[in-house]
Amino acid sequence: MTMTATLTSTERRIGFAISAALAVLGLTMAAVAKSGPMAVHGAMALVLGVALVFHLGGALYDHPEPSNRRHAEYYDAPTRFGIVMTLIWAVVGMGVGVWLAALMYWPEATPLWPGTSYGRLRPVHTSGVIFGFGGNALIATSFYVLQRTSRARLADAVSPWFVLIGFNLFCAWAATGYLMGQTQSKEYAEPEWYADLWLVVVWVTYFVLYIRTLARRAEPHIYVANWYYMAFILVVAMLHIVNNLALPVTWGSGESFTIWSGVQDAMIQWWYGHNAVAFFLTAGFLGMLYYFLPVRAQRPIWSYRLSILSFWGIVFFYMWAGSHHLHYTALPYWVQTLGMTFSIMLLVPSWASAGNAIATLNGAWHKVRDDAVLRFMFVAAVFYGLSTFEGSFLAIRPVNALSHYTDWTVGHVHSGTLGWVAMIVFGAIYSMVPKLWGRDDMAWPKAVEWHFWLAITGTLIYVVSLWNAGITQGLMWRAYDEGGALSYSFIESVEAMLPYYAARTLGGALFLAGAVLCALNCGATMRAAGDQVDEADRPLYTQPAE
Amino acid sequence: MLKLHYNLEKVSMGLVGAIIAVASVGGLVEIAPLFTIEQTVVIPDDMRPHTPLELAGREIYIREGCYACHSQMVRSLADEVDRYGPYSLSSESAYDHPMLWGSKRTGPDLARLGGKYSDDWHVAHLMDPRAVIPVSIMPAYPWLTRSLDTDLIAENLATLARLGVPYDEAMIDNAMADARAQSQPEADGADGLRDRYGDDITVRAFDGDPSRLTEMDALVAYLQSLGTLTDAAHEMFAEDKP
Ligand code: HEM
Ligand code: HEM
Repeated sequence: MTMTATLTSTERRIGFAISAALAVLGLTMAAVAKSGPMAVHGAMALVLGVALVFHLGGALYDHPEPSNRRHAEYYDAPTRFGIVMTLIWAVVGMGVGVWLAALMYWPEATPLWPGTSYGRLRPVHTSGVIFGFGGNALIATSFYVLQRTSRARLADAVSPWFVLIGFNLFCAWAATGYLMGQTQSKEYAEPEWYADLWLVVVWVTYFVLYIRTLARRAEPHIYVANWYYMAFILVVAMLHIVNNLALPVTWGSGESFTIWSGVQDAMIQWWYGHNAVAFFLTAGFLGMLYYFLPVRAQRPIWSYRLSILSFWGIVFFYMWAGSHHLHYTALPYWVQTLGMTFSIMLLVPSWASAGNAIATLNGAWHKVRDDAVLRFMFVAAVFYGLSTFEGSFLAIRPVNALSHYTDWTVGHVHSGTLGWVAMIVFGAIYSMVPKLWGRDDMAWPKAVEWHFWLAITGTLIYVVSLWNAGITQGLMWRAYDEGGALSYSFIESVEAMLPYYAARTLGGALFLAGAVLCALNCGATMRAAGDQVDEADRPLYTQPAE
Repeated sequence: MLKLHYNLEKVSMGLVGAIIAVASVGGLVEIAPLFTIEQTVVIPDDMRPHTPLELAGREIYIREGCYACHSQMVRSLADEVDRYGPYSLSSESAYDHPMLWGSKRTGPDLARLGGKYSDDWHVAHLMDPRAVIPVSIMPAYPWLTRSLDTDLIAENLATLARLGVPYDEAMIDNAMADARAQSQPEADGADGLRDRYGDDITVRAFDGDPSRLTEMDALVAYLQSLGTLTDAAHEMFAEDKP
């Protein structure tokens, strides 16, 4: 079912108007900017707006209205779109990751064209995987989970599309902007001011939709998964706005200066950066874990009390931890100490979450053995436990003295993102795709098993090689000979990294191969869609038919 | 407690309020004092802002993503001080919007780079890193020989001035001329430039060709300025080691 078929004629008219407004916005941006990245971004918005105008305009009058029975079903068309976008960004973002990994081993391969230079591609990777892959997965699953745990249909039909399409426009602006050299240089917050403002609009819409749907719930209690999704939406908004406050140089230049400077900027950036990890890469995905793992294992969450403890622990402690990115720097010592202390305390709620998930599988171990989908989720919970342990360890000042600036950090990052974030996303996708396309199972069930082993092997090779790389690097930098001089020049430490970089490229390529297999498998499943409906999977709260 | 939570779970806006309240504490406690405690940043008397040409170079450094592989923050650890020089002070990046401390050292730290190598070395290195360091894994930037786009130079200074960087009106009005003058040691503009930014700045044909103002001029001027905006760090070290 396409977007238009699920919209009533009034909704199509609203969508039509919004699309026309987007086209005008794009035209205005292009006209004001005249040239440069902002003009290109205006043109992209214009093309998207016009395409949507035609798409919806063509269906304004002569298309049949969707049947009234829809109120007795969940609204899953946006989720389906979100899953497709998740898969596309997975392949793009991880593809760029593998290419970057290769460039670190083989720099001569850089084409002599500015757009493909390492420094410009690196944020394409980070934004592509975090926002493109992770973000789409979060939004798509949040709609899915919210409806099912509230037993209510989404509050309206236009805003989910606005959220998803608007979010993907933001991601596309981000990635193309970097290639053209447009960046604020703040890690994970590189897009320029107008893209940031656009994201605020999208995000507010998302929040309103979420709360309105929650208000219709047929269950008195809000299920744990939704607490996490809510924390994700709210805190990301807070972080995004504060960290991105900037003064544009001119309205048409698409360039700006952040209002923060020096040490305050560093603290705000890492307050943002660490909590992007916490509320983008963790809270939302814990929401996913708390829904899909118990459902797949068919066991209730092991402990309700533990989930309360870990939720509030995570929301409170994480926000203090950002300063562990700034140990031994010009940031005042007392802030570093607070960051270290809270990072260590953070291990308690983190392990409580991981433990709660793993204990939920008690009594279902045979399923973990037989079902690759559940195994993805189990491995995700294990890596969540490992990477948070590692994180708390790295936050200890003397440990950080060795690890900071080295590839150990990058190893830690990918044990979290590959082992935890990507694994839980794949688990959720394999759970949702057959259901949403009316089938019992994926088109190629065996390929799920293959994907699992590619992903786990890839992650282990990646992480273990970078642990070695980072520790070697850190030790070489601080080694002194008997005469009291530094033992190694910097370039010697670079040379020592090469075998590890080669191994990491291999691990990344395996992981990417798994992701491509997943995308193909989902594609095949979508093309062979069936018409099975799960009669139990519908809202209890039904609206009056209009 | 459990009972309280049991009830909270039924009120969606209550949960929203609680999340915002609980999540705000950490940031408030750690960030707000950085603006109010005066010792956090003490601006030394000799501290100057970047010249227009250096600032343009800084924009190129950002555009190309150099910060992804190079830090500009020497930590207060013995080996870093021995390798790079005095550890970085908060004042040294006080005018940096944004700061470029970095988080990864695929290449070495650059906070004290100014004056370490010749201009020729930098140009050769940026054109082809492996021509000067055979095992380097840094990418080449041959396109930096193109002309510098100076459209926004004065606006850049004006915007930073609005954010509190000490650029006065003369600096903003002369931004374009100053950018050219810094790469043309033989021309007349150099005196005015020195009047405005001090005698310690480097005025040279950074890319070897005074007739053209290129991105290379800007970037090399910026690199040569790193760590030279104030002597405070060196002075502090001289006092520490009698
Ligand atoms: C208890 C939980 C965690 C703690 C205390 C923690 C702590 C840390 C520390 C100390 C660093 C190194 C900072 C530096 O030296 O520059 C770091 C970096 C990082 N961590 Fe974690 N971590 C945790 C969990 C995670 C998880 C689960 C993920 C991913 C899903 C993750 C993603 C990252 C990223 C992306 C960075 C790199 C930031 C950058 O330098 O660009 N962390 N973390
Ligand atoms: C095919 C799998 C992947 C490969 C080969 C890969 C490769 C890379 C490479 C080469 C870097 C640059 C490291 C450096 O500058 O030293 C990087 C950074 C990063 N990647 Fe990936 N990546 C992959 C998947 C992912 C995924 C799925 C995520 C997140 C969901 C992710 C998040 C990040 C982040 C946050 C950084 C920045 C780390 C930092 O600044 O410390 N990556 N990745």
